Amino acid sequence: MDADRSAELQAAVREAAASKTQLQISGGGSKKFYGRAATGTLLSVTQHRGIVHYEPGELIITARAGTPLAEIEAALAAHGQMLPFEPPHFGPTATLGGTIACGLSGPRRPYAGAARDFVLGVKIINGQGDILKFGGEVMKNVAGFDVSRLMTGALGTLGILLEISLKVLPKPQHELTLAFACTPQEALTHITEWSGQPVPLSGACHDGARLVVRLSGSKSGVTACQRKLRGDMVHDGDKFWQQLREHQHDFFKGDALLWRFSVPPATPLFNLPGQLFIDWGGAQRWLKNPLSADVIRASAVKLGGHATLFRGGERIGQVFHPLPPALLALHKRLKNAFDPHGIFNPGRLYVEF
Amino acid sequence: MPCYTVSMGQKPPTHTPEKQALLVALRGILPDHSVLCEGEQVRPYECDGLTAYRATPGVVCLPSSAEQVQQILRLCNQMQYPVVARGAGTGLSGGALPLENGVLLSLAKFIRILEIDADNRTARVECGVRNLAISEAAAPHGLYYAPDPSSQIACTIGGNVAENSGGVHCLKYGLTVHNVLGLKALTMDGELLEIGSKALDAPGYDLLALLHGSEGLLGVLLEVTVKLLPQPERAQLALAAFHDVTQAAQAVAAIIGAGIIPAGLEMMDNLALCAAEDYAHAGYPRDAAAILLCELDGSNEEVSELIMQVRDLLLANGAYEVHTARDDAERLKMWAGRKAAFPAVGRLAPDYYCMDGTIPRRHLPAVLTRIAELSRKYDLPVANVFHAGDGNLHPLILYDANQADERTRAEEFGADILQLCLDAGGTITGEHGVGVEKLNQMCVQFTAQELSQFHEIKHAFDPKDLLNPGKAVPTLHRCAEHGAMHVHHGKLPFPELERF
Repeated sequence: MDADRSAELQAAVREAAASKTQLQISGGGSKKFYGRAATGTLLSVTQHRGIVHYEPGELIITARAGTPLAEIEAALAAHGQMLPFEPPHFGPTATLGGTIACGLSGPRRPYAGAARDFVLGVKIINGQGDILKFGGEVMKNVAGFDVSRLMTGALGTLGILLEISLKVLPKPQHELTLAFACTPQEALTHITEWSGQPVPLSGACHDGARLVVRLSGSKSGVTACQRKLRGDMVHDGDKFWQQLREHQHDFFKGDALLWRFSVPPATPLFNLPGQLFIDWGGAQRWLKNPLSADVIRASAVKLGGHATLFRGGERIGQVFHPLPPALLALHKRLKNAFDPHGIFNPGRLYVEF
Repeated sequence: MPCYTVSMGQKPPTHTPEKQALLVALRGILPDHSVLCEGEQVRPYECDGLTAYRATPGVVCLPSSAEQVQQILRLCNQMQYPVVARGAGTGLSGGALPLENGVLLSLAKFIRILEIDADNRTARVECGVRNLAISEAAAPHGLYYAPDPSSQIACTIGGNVAENSGGVHCLKYGLTVHNVLGLKALTMDGELLEIGSKALDAPGYDLLALLHGSEGLLGVLLEVTVKLLPQPERAQLALAAFHDVTQAAQAVAAIIGAGIIPAGLEMMDNLALCAAEDYAHAGYPRDAAAILLCELDGSNEEVSELIMQVRDLLLANGAYEVHTARDDAERLKMWAGRKAAFPAVGRLAPDYYCMDGTIPRRHLPAVLTRIAELSRKYDLPVANVFHAGDGNLHPLILYDANQADERTRAEEFGADILQLCLDAGGTITGEHGVGVEKLNQMCVQFTAQELSQFHEIKHAFDPKDLLNPGKAVPTLHRCAEHGAMHVHHGKLPFPELERF
């Protein structure tokens, strides 16, 4: 069970660096569908697992990358705490390392923050096989460049995550979910209005038929807000948000190409064919649409955001929004700064590196 | 006044041919009055908030457009002149300390608020806009910008990003990095980077996070898009007095342990609170060994409910008195003492040295006890101001720089405090940055391999090492020299490096 396998992993990386062998870093495989197709020799991190340090009073937890996400969430729940960014598991095998490498966040993200906002420190192996530590277990720390957040969402292309320290938060004292039957455009109007006021929102989406919002905070504060907003009480609210977080809602069923738009939250409804699901208070919009990537991406840029082919399709073209030349060049130089032999997850993020 | 114009009675400045060439080229980019290089003109730029370190800048440039900044950077990159960018100069670690052989790039003219987007709750501003000016511009929409460093009247958003500034409300609302959505920056070779947008994330690596706290080593900021929050319906502040610092530390743990995240949670010890009281008449109890200021914000109902819970927790953990502000005027008065704590302590001695370590909160009593012992050892008083909620400690060492050995003693005392923070599992800087001040401590906090990785990142942005060189990340040679002076636990750091 719990074991420190950093020495073995380091040896494997050194050998790969010496022989220029490309590695496919793997956790539980629950998010294997994400990003471009993985290539290279499999290097599993799942045996390197265990919670190293959990200090509920300090709101921090440090665990090895192979630790199951479910194990971490259970440990936190035992102390009334949570990962505020509500990371999707996408399967029972999800590990902490994969969660941070993918950098995905759930419905609470616009109100509580994203995965990267809660990463306080990392221990990694870089492409030379050096074990390096950045950040730490304190909330405020500006010594050195912020490598910890840089690793978040880098899909393992800059290094192998060994340990991650996260800030955690107490679960809200009280939560409730309200639904309002309305069109998507009406939903966006309501969300924009409420988001500009001191309303204790912790989730806001439109599922095609209804605007569904979650309120979190003290019992009296949440109840007072409920009286103001009205709406229909959703009694199995927790289940609704859990299904949305895990893409188990009916909208996400089937094999259609699933595009993720990340746009300014108040962006008006866009005129693209296909089925739409609005989350993150308008800032994340899911579209099931067979249009060409070029058309989708041109629309996203026009709206001031970007688009990702989240699920489906042949994952050999660009899956993430292509970078402008100056940023692409900088990405390549950064990749080279961490992984000069190009051995970590080549092509998983972008075709070019 | 142009640099080549010589007033009556003054000696003409003697510049090297290289510098003459630089000046001629800079005057081709900027009007003459925006290129400064003579004594009195450049004096205001010789230091930032860390006044113990001073240098006369070779040339000061005051550009007013992005194109000018781009041309200056391209010129300096080509001529291999180092560049130091500067905002309001309120930094506390010497990050904006100029170079005698370099160009000091003042961004003081970039003060336009470009857009307040109330629907998306964002503000797009130029880098020289003051922190507080953003909240003032957003106020008509019922919105504000959350991070509030004590210098918020003067400090600029560009400097806030470069240092990843905190403030008294970052326990609940986060640091600068949590409140910025987009940046426009130029690299040393004049390449424009547009990072992020009004959306909540961007494709590719998290360059937004990487630029935060990079202390002007990676790029020169031009524009910042920040996130705005709705102003809370109500804020309430409780002041608790304790006879014992340990009890105050326990009360902090009890509040957070009860699942309450206050908007601010600040501690001051007796020396700091008495100084603040003398200075700002905030109503602090002078007989307390420590006070806690605990602010809650949110809806009326929520604040009313939580303030009672907090009051009970404070009393149950040894507070001998808890006072809640009667109204907003009193609340602001109570905060005024805390916000003025640095200048207030500054009146107690000719000079003070402000430290900025962060520790896991549970070690606070032990660390404070040890700081008191060190205070006796070095024979220098110390006042402690503490962002108690997030473990960020600001011991203020009082000394007199005119007494030959006091500055040395203060610096040694400071170094011991930072070592103490590291030994407790913390960090040498929570929010003020490394700058030039904590370069030696960086050698202790990081291994040679980790520092090399930082240099590799730096070179991905600035291969010639021209942007704010010599700050934030020490060279391995410097660490080798420092290591030779300070041997920890009998182990010589960086044994693989040549000593000299």
